[in-house]
Amino acid sequence: MTADKQKLEAKWSAYKETQKRENRKYLLLSAAGILTVLTLWQAVVMMGLVDSKLLPPPTVVLQTLMDKIYSTVPDGNTLGTNIIASLKVALSGFFVAIIIGVPLGLLMGWWTYADRFIRPIFELVRPVPPIAWIPLVVVWMGVGLKAKALIIFFTAFVPCVINSYTGIKLTSQVLIDVSRTFGAPNWLIFWKIGIPSSLPMVFAGIRVALGNSWSTLVAAEMLAASAGLGYMIQIGRTVARPDIVIVGMVVIGAIGAILSSILSRCEKYFLRWKVNR
Amino acid sequence: MPDNENRPVKVEVKNLTKRFGDLLVLDDMSFNIRKGEFVCVVGPTGCGKSTFLNCLTRIHMPSAGDIYIDGVPANPRKHNISFVFQEPSALPWQTVEQNISYGLKIKKVPQDEINRRVNQILDLMGLQESRKAYPGELSVSAEQRIIIGRSFAMQPDLLLMDEPYGQMDVKMRFYLEDEVIRLWKELGSTVIFITHNIEEAVYLAEKVLILTNKPAKIKEEVYIDLPRPRDITSPEFIHYRNYITDKIKWW
Ligand SMILES: Nc1ncnc2c1ncn2[C@@H]1O[C@H](COP(=O)(O)OP(=O)(O)OP(=O)(O)O)[C@@H](O)[C@H]1O
Ligand SMILES: [Mg+2]
Repeated sequence: MTADKQKLEAKWSAYKETQKRENRKYLLLSAAGILTVLTLWQAVVMMGLVDSKLLPPPTVVLQTLMDKIYSTVPDGNTLGTNIIASLKVALSGFFVAIIIGVPLGLLMGWWTYADRFIRPIFELVRPVPPIAWIPLVVVWMGVGLKAKALIIFFTAFVPCVINSYTGIKLTSQVLIDVSRTFGAPNWLIFWKIGIPSSLPMVFAGIRVALGNSWSTLVAAEMLAASAGLGYMIQIGRTVARPDIVIVGMVVIGAIGAILSSILSRCEKYFLRWKVNR
Repeated sequence: MPDNENRPVKVEVKNLTKRFGDLLVLDDMSFNIRKGEFVCVVGPTGCGKSTFLNCLTRIHMPSAGDIYIDGVPANPRKHNISFVFQEPSALPWQTVEQNISYGLKIKKVPQDEINRRVNQILDLMGLQESRKAYPGELSVSAEQRIIIGRSFAMQPDLLLMDEPYGQMDVKMRFYLEDEVIRLWKELGSTVIFITHNIEEAVYLAEKVLILTNKPAKIKEEVYIDLPRPRDITSPEFIHYRNYITDKIKWW
């Protein structure tokens, strides 16, 4: 009704205004927080409280970061090459985990037969820490992209399955009943009701999976690599260049944040119907 | 006894019994609902009204006895049933218009017919302006109108409504009561309407089924022999209302 809509729009714009103001305030606060840490760090090094050989100050790290954009010293790759190599490994493992894990979890959550069949295998494999797979993976497939992606896959797979499974199990019974009384077959109810209603949980799982993928990267690249951020960190360590190590860490952190915000965008789009009354 | 008795039987309830574990909810109920009849079901809270509809739609299977629609065991795939559930049941991830067309798509109604009916229902329910909105963005009463619209759009053969107007203000309720009557008359549907509101039952029904406390049995069938549109202030109306109220009060 008109009244509904007008009220809604008024409320919405008021909400947006306050939200904007709050956002500005919080943004300022966050920036201040980061700045404080950087200043302290710089001060501690400059006052000689720590050896600048062990902990280079932020200014040096920034300089190294700039240099790495075109320099291939010491690991033989520019920063860009390393980033791309790492993204390839992490994202291929991550996406394969989603493509296999989410449908598997959904199927298990919806059809008892699938659940009974797959669940025991899954429960046996689940407690094995992903890192423990490394030796076996190396024996199977060497140390190429596939091997590294497989390690990432193991870390991303489990949250995808578990969240999809739980999400679809929580589907509202009355919505299923509505569809049944309209005469919908089970697969259609799965598609029209089960999947959309599981999406919030699925996205939460994908978020965990993304975090896992990206944070397992360094471990996966220890497998032996010729490029990648983890590899760059390794080399930085062996040639005693803590600034390189820190640049690697910072870039990993930053890209992780970017990936996570891209995911948030997707989530916002797919869950745009989720409005709190 | 009005002319209902001459119409063919639409829903035949035969020795219907439903237990949940040890809890006996429906106890050996038998009655008929005739084709095109508007039946209201009243009874104390928790007596098994919703359970009866759930058995009719096969959400639950009866423990004994059965329900036949047009002489065959009830089956939502075969029968054109529409159910307005007691709980809110709009699909939150579909817009208002998608929600209204949901059942029609399941029944594979042609797209242009779907569009026509959806438009008609949006007008009827006063939802035209929020057709692209999601249910979560609307008020509770608007969500309920989506659900009612969704069931009307089906032009069902058998319309089941479980306290559909509980969330409505009086004005909207009166409006929708008249609309359900109009739909019923236009389509000749059979309507089973559960309500707590005795005035509503007397206003709507051709026949009121009064249920006993749990385990539910039919306590009495009351034919409401009043011309339409009914006047809720007329002495005859009030007489019916008081009579049914008394029946529910005395055990
Ligand atoms: N799935 C179920 N499992 C176990 N018990 C149930 C189930 N569904 C209903 N019951 C019980 O059956 C009885 C009747 O419930 P029902 O919902 O049919 O009552 P109702 O007449 O619709 O009540 P109300 O007027 O509150 O809507 C209640 O005691 C309820 O607890
Ligand atoms: Mg009920």
